[in-house]
Amino acid sequence: MEAFGLLLMGFKVLLTWKILGLMMVGLTLGIFVGVLPGLGGPNGVAILLPLTFTMEPTAAIVMLSCIYWGALFGGAITSILFNIPGEAWSVATTFDGYPMAQKGQAAEALTAAFTSSFIGSLVAVLLITFLAPGIASFALRFGPPEFFAVYLLTFCSFVGLGKEEKHKTIISMALGLLVAGIGMDTVSGTLRMTFGSSELLRGVNFLVAVIGLFGISEILLTMEERLALKGHAARISLRVVLNVWKDLPKYWVTLVRSSVIGCWLGITPGGAIAASFMGYNLAKRMSKDPQSFGTGRIEGVFAPETAAHASGTSALLPMLALGIPGSGTAAILLGGLMVWGLNPGPLLFVEHKDFVWGLIASMYLGNIVGLVMVLTTVPLFASVLRVPFAAIAPMIVVSCAIGAFAIQNAMFDIWLMVLFGVVGYVFKKIGIPLAPLTLALVLGSRAEDAFRLSMIGAGGDLRVFWSNNLVGSITTLALLLLFWPLIGRAFGALRRKPQPA
Amino acid sequence: MSSPGQVLGAPPEDEEDTSPAVVGRRPVETATLAAVLAFSLAMAWDNWRTGIHWESTGPQAGYFPFYVAMIMAAACAWGLVLEFVKRGTPDKPFVRRNQFKRVMQVFVPTLLFVPATQWLGLYVSSFILIAGFMIVVGKLKAWVSLLTAFVFTAAMFITFEIAFDVIMPKGPLERLLGY
Repeated sequence: MEAFGLLLMGFKVLLTWKILGLMMVGLTLGIFVGVLPGLGGPNGVAILLPLTFTMEPTAAIVMLSCIYWGALFGGAITSILFNIPGEAWSVATTFDGYPMAQKGQAAEALTAAFTSSFIGSLVAVLLITFLAPGIASFALRFGPPEFFAVYLLTFCSFVGLGKEEKHKTIISMALGLLVAGIGMDTVSGTLRMTFGSSELLRGVNFLVAVIGLFGISEILLTMEERLALKGHAARISLRVVLNVWKDLPKYWVTLVRSSVIGCWLGITPGGAIAASFMGYNLAKRMSKDPQSFGTGRIEGVFAPETAAHASGTSALLPMLALGIPGSGTAAILLGGLMVWGLNPGPLLFVEHKDFVWGLIASMYLGNIVGLVMVLTTVPLFASVLRVPFAAIAPMIVVSCAIGAFAIQNAMFDIWLMVLFGVVGYVFKKIGIPLAPLTLALVLGSRAEDAFRLSMIGAGGDLRVFWSNNLVGSITTLALLLLFWPLIGRAFGALRRKPQPA
Repeated sequence: MSSPGQVLGAPPEDEEDTSPAVVGRRPVETATLAAVLAFSLAMAWDNWRTGIHWESTGPQAGYFPFYVAMIMAAACAWGLVLEFVKRGTPDKPFVRRNQFKRVMQVFVPTLLFVPATQWLGLYVSSFILIAGFMIVVGKLKAWVSLLTAFVFTAAMFITFEIAFDVIMPKGPLERLLGY
């Protein structure tokens, strides 16, 4: 029960007026960001990150993670009331959430969404509390080869398990690794890939790229789709909340199943989007009455929301324990850690106990406060959507520019942001996924360092990645995942053969 | 409204956009792959020049990125082959004319906004961008637009400049006010 004592310590760190205030600010901004189409979790966190540069790390991470929780909650509001998913992981919520709103059950649908979000997050936070310290202390034994193997596993699982065309995932990831390598080489001090430009000496900042890739490109896409907002009004009364909660035990199988799916997919870099669809589809398939899904069943809201939040939250587990983010937003939070001078990885649990346990405690508190906030303020946030997009679009552009400039006080970065915005727009439209690019950008130099250190240690012998059982099995698993589509096909062919005989 | 395809697009009440396509999806994909291929070759060449071999202290600086660039080039080449095989089959539009017009409505002002921040300072350019966009593109009432732009810009100024000490590019107006 060591974790429990440390968690109490974390709560003590949190319970100051200043941090509680920042928490509320973070949640409000987060819900706002989640409700607005064209902004979402990763964009919101990336744009607001500069606000935290002058704060101390604990306050900063509490505020940022609250923005993240808020965005997770906010996405559900637009899905249900306006049939517009604020986030990709809320798409599955619209299938039954919007029909419920059309039938006049918007309040029930919203309560169901918020409650199941809360349950999903809670399960994931419990998992983090009891599992992360163990994983971190295990990972303390890791040397460079083990770390490189884990990075490789992350990259390979994106390629092997992703739904996109494989060559596009590889392009996205390689581009991230290359861009991360621009500038001064950290090991030898040599300049590379700068082509004589003095602006590129510093390298391309990860956050500048993210703000462009997600913020600016999202504005371009939203303008293109011309969102005409037609939605339902909603007010949640206490009676509705209690009614929905009373029925919760009936759906415990759905809730547990979705939580497990979510946690699993959150830890492996597959992300919340896959989790929400999988949670929905499994609930539909295992239901006695699958035909009624899509017509406004409350189960169809419970299933995807629980899974999406469980995975969104558990994506922080590998980030905290190993320094490997499980999602795009976790990658940006990781970028934040580095800005505040913290070195992500297993040592965080030893060297910065206050920070880690403060963050974990803030996950509990942030989710409870967030649940109460969204339940009481839905009408307010829903009215945000009636603000014309012509007013919101330029404000988002300005916020992005401020964010990009503030990181290194460089004009060049605003230009880079615009360039990445165009790249993001084109990539999204031709189906090149952006998540591997983000992940590679933030992990690139660490992966390279780990690779080079292991190669130096082994005198250039690639067999170092199979030098003991641990690193060998991780590397082998990585390669298996990379070629999984081929292996799966081979197995399928083998199984089909005997049948005609 | 339960199929995933419809959910992401415009609401069902909207009429279908039938304006002609500015460009098809496949030409854009081919051009992008070619551009990324060129980028990866340029990167590979630069890393080769930096050094991709082994020294007594370990791999040279270009070693890792060189091989990454090679992998990327191979993936692009594979993508181009796939596009070549698929040529002649029906294509989807990449962007329609009406859509493209709307994208440019926000992209061109953004592009002008960047150099403007250098001459006028970030806050004045933001005011002009927001007010201008609301009036010209959004066709909103002038006083509403000007007020919104002012309130937003002032809030940003107070948040960043005064509360959080994050310094933004400034122009003549801020100098006049003594910042």
